[in-house]
Amino acid sequence: MTLIGWLQIGLVLGLVLVTARPLGLYMAAVFEGRRTWLSPVLGPLEHGFYALAGVKADKEQSWLGYTLAVLVFSALGFASLYAILRCQAYLPLNPQGFDNVPPDLAFNTAISFLTNTNWQAYSGETTMSHLTQMAGLAVHNFLSAATGIALALAVTRAFARASASTLGNFWVDLTRTTLYVLIPLSIVVAILFVASGVPQTLLASVDATTLDGAKQTIAMGPMASQEAIKQLGTNGGGFFNANAAHPFENPNAFSNVLQIWSMLVISSALIIAFGKMVGSERQGWALLTSVGVILIAGVAIVYWSETAGNPILTSLGLDPSAGNLEGKEIRFGQALSALYVAVTTGLSCGAVNAMHDSLTPLGGLVPMFLIQLGEVLPGGVGSGLYGLIVFAILSVFIAGLMVGRTPEFLGKKIEAREIKLAMLAVLILPLAILGFAAVAAVLPAALTSLANNGPHGLSEILYAYSSATGNNGSAFAGLSAATPWWNTTLGIAMVMGRFGYVVPVMAIAGSIVTKKKAAASAGTFPTDRALFIGLLVGVILIVGGLQFFPALALGPIVEHFLMLSGKTF
Amino acid sequence: MLQHFRPALVMLVLFTVLTGLVYPFAMTGIATAFFPSQAGGSLILDKGGVIVGSSLIGQAVTSDRYFQPRPSATSAPDPKDASKTVDAPYNAANSTGSNLGPTSQALVDRVKASVEAKHTSGWQEPIPADAVTTSASGLDPHVSPQYALAQVAGVAKARGLDEAQVKALVEAKTEGRFLGILGEPRVNVLALNLALDQLK
Repeated sequence: MTLIGWLQIGLVLGLVLVTARPLGLYMAAVFEGRRTWLSPVLGPLEHGFYALAGVKADKEQSWLGYTLAVLVFSALGFASLYAILRCQAYLPLNPQGFDNVPPDLAFNTAISFLTNTNWQAYSGETTMSHLTQMAGLAVHNFLSAATGIALALAVTRAFARASASTLGNFWVDLTRTTLYVLIPLSIVVAILFVASGVPQTLLASVDATTLDGAKQTIAMGPMASQEAIKQLGTNGGGFFNANAAHPFENPNAFSNVLQIWSMLVISSALIIAFGKMVGSERQGWALLTSVGVILIAGVAIVYWSETAGNPILTSLGLDPSAGNLEGKEIRFGQALSALYVAVTTGLSCGAVNAMHDSLTPLGGLVPMFLIQLGEVLPGGVGSGLYGLIVFAILSVFIAGLMVGRTPEFLGKKIEAREIKLAMLAVLILPLAILGFAAVAAVLPAALTSLANNGPHGLSEILYAYSSATGNNGSAFAGLSAATPWWNTTLGIAMVMGRFGYVVPVMAIAGSIVTKKKAAASAGTFPTDRALFIGLLVGVILIVGGLQFFPALALGPIVEHFLMLSGKTF
Repeated sequence: MLQHFRPALVMLVLFTVLTGLVYPFAMTGIATAFFPSQAGGSLILDKGGVIVGSSLIGQAVTSDRYFQPRPSATSAPDPKDASKTVDAPYNAANSTGSNLGPTSQALVDRVKASVEAKHTSGWQEPIPADAVTTSASGLDPHVSPQYALAQVAGVAKARGLDEAQVKALVEAKTEGRFLGILGEPRVNVLALNLALDQLK
């Protein structure tokens, strides 16, 4: 670790903090239906959409109506994306002449983009046509992100309103989020990406004659437009197999900073918008502080572990001063690689600028653990916020148990029904991750896909199901996941992680919104102070993390000690 | 439930047109108009107009008259059997890292072989780590200044040039951090090799 390394990390995180507040306040205005400076341009388009879709913008939905709208929209999105993937050979804009995507891979990919996971069992440059990338995959980069944000808004309104019955209108939230937030930001970020060197062309590839006289086919495509929403929407599905480690997707330190900023900014701003909408900006900052504490600790562990390097390779005569460089790119360096690793997994983004499979054992443990904590640091756009609210509810409940008072969060009484539903949501993660991983660890059909033996092989399995269930999408990519077993089970894990979480959370919102808002009294536990921040950090780590400790001990932790003793597999 | 079908279908179609077609095509238009070189992949042409490569993408080098890039883990389909793959370093149509974990015997064997090859070329320990490790994309266009400097003696000998002259070129081609802070010092191998061909 070096001072300049920490300076780089601090600079990027500082940039996010400075921009999160103005964006959060703008988003709060958009979500509350107020006029913004973009309204004169986008207003007519917005109302045109409502008219064509038959949406009455002022007619709100109950929690059940809102959830059903999300489910129907997601089901249709799945069907259309699956159809595009299965028919891409017959569709236009396929300059490479790629075949139709096989059924199990199409199932996995459609679910993956729909649930904002963007797990990729394929390599983009050898599988997906331009039309599939643009009108199939990138569309769901926008829509799955907007759906997540809409759900977070519904949950936010449950706390902002008192004695109400409705949570908003999904179609309005979806439309306004996409038009006023995602598209304008994407345009700006895409142009900055192009300026920094990311290609944006309809050409599929060019052939170069190298200095050696050999032919090099260089794949390209409409990348910058996709890269922008992939990061802003915390989707993470790369145009290329190597994702944001590919020099076209992420050509230099500037584009790398822009990548990290755009992953973090909407999720952070949403927490600020939450505070604003529930009438306490301080509450937003308290939540963001808890998130920051865990995230920065994660960055520090990855950075330390990667610069400490791999003693097995050092013993072969390598210079240890550069740290572990296997699977890393020179232009980013260890500091910005470590920051990217922690941010992409603390969020549910899953873009990578280094190969997680080649990280040191503890450097690889951190991203896996951050995903298993429930993707709340600060999580995927929208999903991070409602996940964080679930943890906040559990925190006030535990605090309430200690002093014997009915817990309250933002003036709303938290009762048995909410706690039961919150636990139901939180338990979906260990069920899917540990359940599937346990089966895969003994199933020959699953084990043939592993690229590494020994404890690292178990880490590959654990990481895959953590990534799918957490809707992250990054991978220990040595795992050959394009087999029927992995495509199918990971697809199911993604559905469980998204909708198995969303339905109980929306039920909580439906119950909270009907409650009266109690005025704060001397006995109220303040949820915007240091004590609550500490409690929330503890609850995230203990309730979210402890259940995975035995599995992690058998994977990365034991591998760490084996590496120190020089054992290989 | 049924009441949701019309908005779901219409919204899906409208947003597919807007975000899936209008947005990427508009971006392509803007990119091509304002940043034609970057939008087209930052290609480098020689005097005859032939594409030599992209300044962002590394390329394989076999001749000892040129500086070598990092090892690359990319592969290509085996021409004899399409279900298998063969090593094809710097295959820019199929990016990938090695994905070998820290306790992988395959990684240790590969690094050991590379280190021995460097010893045969007369390199002293410690070996710069990027000289024997593969990058995440397999297309890393850069090497560390240490790795480039370690190659100076070999390249100068192969070309019959003065070592000090080649070393000065490496130093001139070493790029610093962005704004003095971000990223790492590095040398673009293709740019260095092209400059090398200009040396007389």
